[in-house]
Amino acid sequence: MEMLVASAIGATTAAGIYLILRLRTFAVVLGMTMLTYAINAFLFTTGRLVVNLPPILQDHAAGGHATYTDPLPQALVLTAIVISFGMTAVVVMMALGSFIEGGDDRINMPDDDYIMPPLKTVDDQKPEDETA
Amino acid sequence: MNHLLIAPVLVPALLGSLMILWMRHDLLQQRVFGIIGSVLTLAVALKLSHLSAGGEIFVYRLGNWSAPFGIVLMLDRLSAMMLLLTSVLAVVVQLYAIGSGWDRKGWHFHSLWLFQLMGLNGAFLTGDAFNLFVFFEVLLIASYGLMIHGGGPMRLRAGVQYIAYNLAGSTLFLAALGTLYAVTGTLNMADMAERVAAMPVEDTALLRAGAVLLLIVFAIKAALVPLHFWLPATYANAPGPVAALFAIMSKVGVYAIIRFFTLVFPQDSVAETLATDLILPAALITLALGQIGVLGTRSLTRLAAYAAIASIGTLMISLARFDAQGLTAGLYYLIHSTLATAALFLVVDMIAARRGGDIWLRLRPAILNTGLVSAMFFLTAIAVAGLPPLSGFLGKLLILEATADDPWMIGIWSTIIVTSLIAIVGFSRAGSILFWKSHEMDPEPGNDTDEGDTPERGPIPTKLETDEPIQDVGDSAAPWLSFVSVGILLAGLAALTLFAGPMTDYLKNTADQLTTPQIYYDSVLRQQEGSR
Repeated sequence: MEMLVASAIGATTAAGIYLILRLRTFAVVLGMTMLTYAINAFLFTTGRLVVNLPPILQDHAAGGHATYTDPLPQALVLTAIVISFGMTAVVVMMALGSFIEGGDDRINMPDDDYIMPPLKTVDDQKPEDETA
Repeated sequence: MNHLLIAPVLVPALLGSLMILWMRHDLLQQRVFGIIGSVLTLAVALKLSHLSAGGEIFVYRLGNWSAPFGIVLMLDRLSAMMLLLTSVLAVVVQLYAIGSGWDRKGWHFHSLWLFQLMGLNGAFLTGDAFNLFVFFEVLLIASYGLMIHGGGPMRLRAGVQYIAYNLAGSTLFLAALGTLYAVTGTLNMADMAERVAAMPVEDTALLRAGAVLLLIVFAIKAALVPLHFWLPATYANAPGPVAALFAIMSKVGVYAIIRFFTLVFPQDSVAETLATDLILPAALITLALGQIGVLGTRSLTRLAAYAAIASIGTLMISLARFDAQGLTAGLYYLIHSTLATAALFLVVDMIAARRGGDIWLRLRPAILNTGLVSAMFFLTAIAVAGLPPLSGFLGKLLILEATADDPWMIGIWSTIIVTSLIAIVGFSRAGSILFWKSHEMDPEPGNDTDEGDTPERGPIPTKLETDEPIQDVGDSAAPWLSFVSVGILLAGLAALTLFAGPMTDYLKNTADQLTTPQIYYDSVLRQQEGSR
């Protein structure tokens, strides 16, 4: 079971990283989602993998300390899921905004961001759509 | 248990939400309540610094649960200092945002500002590793909103980059926390520290991996090379006052590195000099790259962004030693660089506004209030480059002194001194293009800054309207307020220079407290009578 979970986490992470490196917003958002799924599963396993046991201490008198699963990682995962869900919503909105305003869905900044554009004078002002 | 400890988180959280609910259409009320929120936080931070100056570590147990089980906030000298620095910066820069009219250019500026404050204060106060993650997310989500405040294609694109980079960082943070939890079985920092100290060396491979993952996450926030790629585009495209507030945001990463690698993984524990070995070379390259960027860039806002990167490099060189002397020098430079970088971003924003939004270093006709703005740029450049008489010089001197016996001493000293020269050249070039040569140009027809034929603007309405034109001096509500704001920051730098003696004594005590983790174990884990 450890092998199965570990390889699933590994495969999801690899897919997520590949998608993030695609440099297009849609792929990056998908990649982020994959990555957060992988991390959530990973967090879940940090309390060790146990099958069919409740996250509550029981039968303490009869040596029951071995018959429960660690509840803390489950609480952590819940928090992480909520946060990553919210963050995904934010990044989708932002990606949409930059697609609509910027004209394409590339992650990289256009050249205008760091290369000085020529100074526009009053004489040679052209309509925006011609230069674009 | 002192309930004042939770106030720096609660006050901005409450006021920020109230502002969204009740006054979202009234900018005047937002301004008033925004300033009230920041000033209240400042007052609480002053009180808390006064409390913590005695050397006691205050612990606030949420829900009064006892320590490794419940979440704790802890206040030591370092967190009190960071709280005070944050709230001072927040109030001053918020005044600038009001004076320059930036807060009118989009929605919910002041609520986002307060949420950002809440996240920052929480990150500085928390004593729980997972809680630190949560507060990082709070401050990040507020910063996403602030970063794209005012809109525009470039800013939105830079915002997407910034979010993508930081989301990847957050997933890495969770991975690091998961690893550390799997090894130590706790998330309380003091408890984790004690367990790490007691752990046999042969069991610590996974622990060291977790420590390095954590270091990477904090290095992303602090923008250490090679994890700095998000910073230039983000800071250069963020609104001026927001970039100035972000000067403290990258220091959160620095703070977290100090916290974890003095408390949980100190040099005498299993982690040994792991952090130093990784941070020191990275910091040296960060410094060099930042200052070369200052010289090389053609954009005014990028100049400020690269200066911010360089300042992080300088202070990490000193902090990477993790001993009392290095921490003292590094913390002094941290205070200085936060104020100086913020002032630089504000001055750059003033210049850009007066040039009609042109951020490029090229000849334009002389700007409005050129005398005052150029004097402010001159002073800020002196502070950032580290020339006497301002505190940047003293800070660098302290760092040189602290690293005098380091095996890397020659490399460190030559990097700091040579890059200072590069920065001076870079700032002189920028200043002469912006202010000196501009006098030789005739004002462009149709773009003259003389009063007379410009139409009367009348009072600026405080009600928010959509689709307002972006960034223009005439747009601002009260230009004098922006000058006052930058003036306060510069006065702060002057005060830091004048009172360098008492300041370094205070920081020395802070560093001593940080280098004795035993105090933290005792305050958080032992002295908890009355808790459940």
